[in-house]
Amino acid sequence: MKQPSVRVRTHRAASPWLFLIPGLGVIAAFNLYPFLTTVRKAFTDARTLTPGSWVGLRNFQDMLDDDQFWVALRNSGLYVLLVVPFTVLLPLLLALLVHKRLPGVTFFRSAFYTPVVASVVVVSLIWVWMLDDRGLINGILRFFGAGPVAFLGDEWLLLFSAMALTVWKGLGYYMIIYLAALADVPRELHEAAAVDGAGALRRFVSVTVPALRSTMVLVGALSSVAAFKVFSEVYLLAGPTGGPAGQDTTLVMLVQRTGTGLSGRVGYASALSLVVFVIALLLMLLVLRADRKESAS
Amino acid sequence: MTRISGWEKALRYLLMLAVLGITVGPFLWQLSTSFKGASEDIYTYPPGFLPEHPTLGNYSGVADIIPVWDYALNSLKVALTNVVTNLVGASLAGYALARLRFRGRRLAGLAFVVALLVPLESVVIAQFTMMRDLHLNNTLTAVVLPGAVGALNVLLMRNAFANLPYEIEEAAVIDGANVWQRFLRIALPSVRGTLAVVAIFSFMGAWDDFLWPLIVLSDSDHFTLTVGLNYLHGTFQQNPRLVAAGTIVAVAPLIVLFACLQRYFFRGVGEGAVKG
Repeated sequence: MKQPSVRVRTHRAASPWLFLIPGLGVIAAFNLYPFLTTVRKAFTDARTLTPGSWVGLRNFQDMLDDDQFWVALRNSGLYVLLVVPFTVLLPLLLALLVHKRLPGVTFFRSAFYTPVVASVVVVSLIWVWMLDDRGLINGILRFFGAGPVAFLGDEWLLLFSAMALTVWKGLGYYMIIYLAALADVPRELHEAAAVDGAGALRRFVSVTVPALRSTMVLVGALSSVAAFKVFSEVYLLAGPTGGPAGQDTTLVMLVQRTGTGLSGRVGYASALSLVVFVIALLLMLLVLRADRKESAS
Repeated sequence: MTRISGWEKALRYLLMLAVLGITVGPFLWQLSTSFKGASEDIYTYPPGFLPEHPTLGNYSGVADIIPVWDYALNSLKVALTNVVTNLVGASLAGYALARLRFRGRRLAGLAFVVALLVPLESVVIAQFTMMRDLHLNNTLTAVVLPGAVGALNVLLMRNAFANLPYEIEEAAVIDGANVWQRFLRIALPSVRGTLAVVAIFSFMGAWDDFLWPLIVLSDSDHFTLTVGLNYLHGTFQQNPRLVAAGTIVAVAPLIVLFACLQRYFFRGVGEGAVKG
């Protein structure tokens, strides 16, 4: 900002836009424009091969009568409710475990990150094999005299297994976010609390948690949006049709199933997409707002 | 320094080993399964972790069923293209947003922020119909295009350029360097760390992506590895050895990349989370 006069003369008026064309072009063509298309088509009865015509709010009315929609909304909502508490808490505990400087601790940090690097398809297939009726987990259960459990045969067990997979895959990612925040917590706070005779649990609740609150909110916001949009884990564990009687379909799975293929109901799928967009945005705002209110009080 | 007692140390290592088993164990189990021969019972109780007669047979076996190496090549093409387009597009746009003054700069910056708020999941159907209208569906070009320049990468590059001191460019201005020369010779070499982050996350994102390639690719000749593995899983799931070999092919390159470039992976999480 210091020397505008010099810099203005050194480039012609056109060149900033030459810099921006590739980036803006891609964003406009493949992100913003498709979004406008989605909004427009949500009010039509378009199909894959026909452009369709205006039907007003009919797609949204159809949604209310669509059992599949309610199942999918329930599953995606449950995903947020049950996954987010674990992705906020477990990675924090993990970060506390590896943030002390001990020999070999960097190795453990990197190792804990491995599931993040792997494709969700790869880890889902690994889990399918582990959760097999005669797989590793049932082998371990049998050692303790339990099981076998048909994890992938029951609609609820399947959904819970997918949730566990999501939490597991995110552990390392959110751990790194917490580690960065922990580095900024003043050590003196802990020491003062320790001198005052506060035990480890007490120090965690009254020193660590308040200092990391904004990071916990950030992780909560990121993971709620991610959990609501869940697709791959459930698709791979439950199969394209969404498990027993389609009871494990999530909202994005429903979008994918409804809107693609030669007979895809593009209009209806666009309306579903809008619902995904609005709820994801609301979730983000809700979590961030809760943070502001709490810090105000 | 607070001292760590011997007991606490032992407990910490014990817990870290337990988490290690939970996070890395499944990959080792999969690796072990992929080396177990057709004659070896993979359902033994108790589960056997070491293959009795290790064999590479499953790797050639999986290649007989699906062209796994062609799929790997497709994934590699997509991932490398994604790296190049993101490096070029994001650094150019980021530089303009951070360093050039022009009318409409705020609006251009806003476009990238808005794009960040639109989840890909809510525009895939529109992208799919668009690719069909362009006669690009079922091509690798269609797989690459929507992510060719990520909005988050543009904002990361903008921040990196904005944090450079102005002085280094002022000297070049006085020497008569034009804007392209300043960009290429001075600004770009100064943000190598962020460029590495963008490159790595572009590679990983493209290599691991599933939903979009699944939607846009219908012909099995053009599958990427993730879509190919899904197909393998759906059709041949009765032989876990082959699926295991396929997943190892898909995950090994990224684990090697991660082992070599860890600090950029960690840096990318920090920077991406703050902006995202």
